[in-house]
Amino acid sequence: MRHFEQELEELKGKLLEMSAQVEASVQRSVSAVTQKDRSAAEQVFRDEARVNQLQIEIDEFAINLLATQQPLAADLRLVVAALKINTDLERMGDLSVHIAQCGLSLLTEPVIKPMVDIRHMSALVESMVRKSMDAFLANDADMARSVLASDDAVDSLRTASYHELVSFMEKEPRNIPQALDLIGITRSLERIADHSTNIAEGVLFLVKGIDVRHHAEARQ
Amino acid sequence: MSPMQAPISRPTSPPEPGIIGQPFPIQMAEEKTPAPAEAAKLSATNLVFHYGSFRALHGISMQVFDKRVTAFIGPSGCGKSTFLRTLNRMNETIRSSRVEGEILLDGEDIFKLEVSALRRRVGMVFQRPNPFPKSIFDNIAYGPRINGTVSRSGMKDHVEQSLRRAALWDEVKDKLYESASGLSGGQQQRLCIARALAVNPEVLLLDEPCSALDPIATAKIEDLIFQLKDSCTIVIVTHNMQQAARVADYTGFFLMGKLIEFDNTTVIFKNPSRKETEDYITGRFG
Repeated sequence: MRHFEQELEELKGKLLEMSAQVEASVQRSVSAVTQKDRSAAEQVFRDEARVNQLQIEIDEFAINLLATQQPLAADLRLVVAALKINTDLERMGDLSVHIAQCGLSLLTEPVIKPMVDIRHMSALVESMVRKSMDAFLANDADMARSVLASDDAVDSLRTASYHELVSFMEKEPRNIPQALDLIGITRSLERIADHSTNIAEGVLFLVKGIDVRHHAEARQ
Repeated sequence: MSPMQAPISRPTSPPEPGIIGQPFPIQMAEEKTPAPAEAAKLSATNLVFHYGSFRALHGISMQVFDKRVTAFIGPSGCGKSTFLRTLNRMNETIRSSRVEGEILLDGEDIFKLEVSALRRRVGMVFQRPNPFPKSIFDNIAYGPRINGTVSRSGMKDHVEQSLRRAALWDEVKDKLYESASGLSGGQQQRLCIARALAVNPEVLLLDEPCSALDPIATAKIEDLIFQLKDSCTIVIVTHNMQQAARVADYTGFFLMGKLIEFDNTTVIFKNPSRKETEDYITGRFG
């Protein structure tokens, strides 16, 4: 294997490490909410520094590859996709921190509603995160497209949850602080799904050389 | 490599043809015209070229678009320079060479044109700067004098204009009557371009014009190419793929005497359709 190919593998390896860290943080942040698990929330806060550090390392590594190797074609698309995926993963890490913070504020209060929809939504979101990165590592365009297809389901769950929580607030003003936390959690989960969608779009650019963002594919 | 790389899973499939050591059947570019709105300046149809018994070009068909820069890339011996030199019949000076097929310049068969008339319309600049052992002024004036296209009184202005078009005037205006061999390599190459421009060619063929130049001189030639394409159709052969990516509107990839792929330069370097092109530009063979 040429030295440059080894470096591209190393870039993918670093992204894999970062995605594993982010996936774990998303899962732990959801546990902090649904299981009232304080230690899971604290672990998310501790891991954030590593995610931030990896973002800087990956950016620097990819920029060095652009500067020194001047990659073309599939190699160019890989480095460009890696830079974008890196940003999306770091944002997912930030959102999991936000979910964990909401989880801490919910720890001592009795819940105003069952967490069924958040569990359901988080299972879907975690699956999107995992599949988007699996698609990246396996250069699998079909898997990437399946991630794009899941985004609407997450949006629907979030909208339904929002309306339900608004009705809770209307009925009882004491519910407002907790309902706002829960709205924040579903909003963060929905944003994590959006970042997974971005990653899947990056995979389609990497594998097929096509731009499907903002329905660009349909316009062409 | 870091320990984190081990878990990367990849689908295991047999090596695809085209990877180093794996033969692939070479399939030629189909009659592909990437931008039908463009006007063809040169049009080659089924061009075959032989050096003696060696077939160097295997039926090349393509169009060079008017007022555009077209780059030919490919490994050594792939036929890109041979094809370039065929466009102004420079190859005819090689004994035992033979050409078949058709090349049209604005619809006229170049093999039916008088060769010096063709080369006035289709100029050429070579890999190594080759100024005549004369003054800078005489180098530029040489072509117009022979062709009688510029009057004696107008020659000074014409030389200045040609040197300005080649972005060399400011550097040589105070030493026009000194020997051209005193110029630097980059200046000599721009002088050769100015000399080619002095007969007002419609097409300029550049055969690896920067391969003997440093990065600063190369950047000047590339800037010049950008300026010249307003008035001239340019075809450039280069081994430097970044250069092709920077200057060319269209790029053709040659391999073993065949045109494998021809498309917009951004397509070739971002998402080529042929695996052979992809493997070459990413350095996986060639």
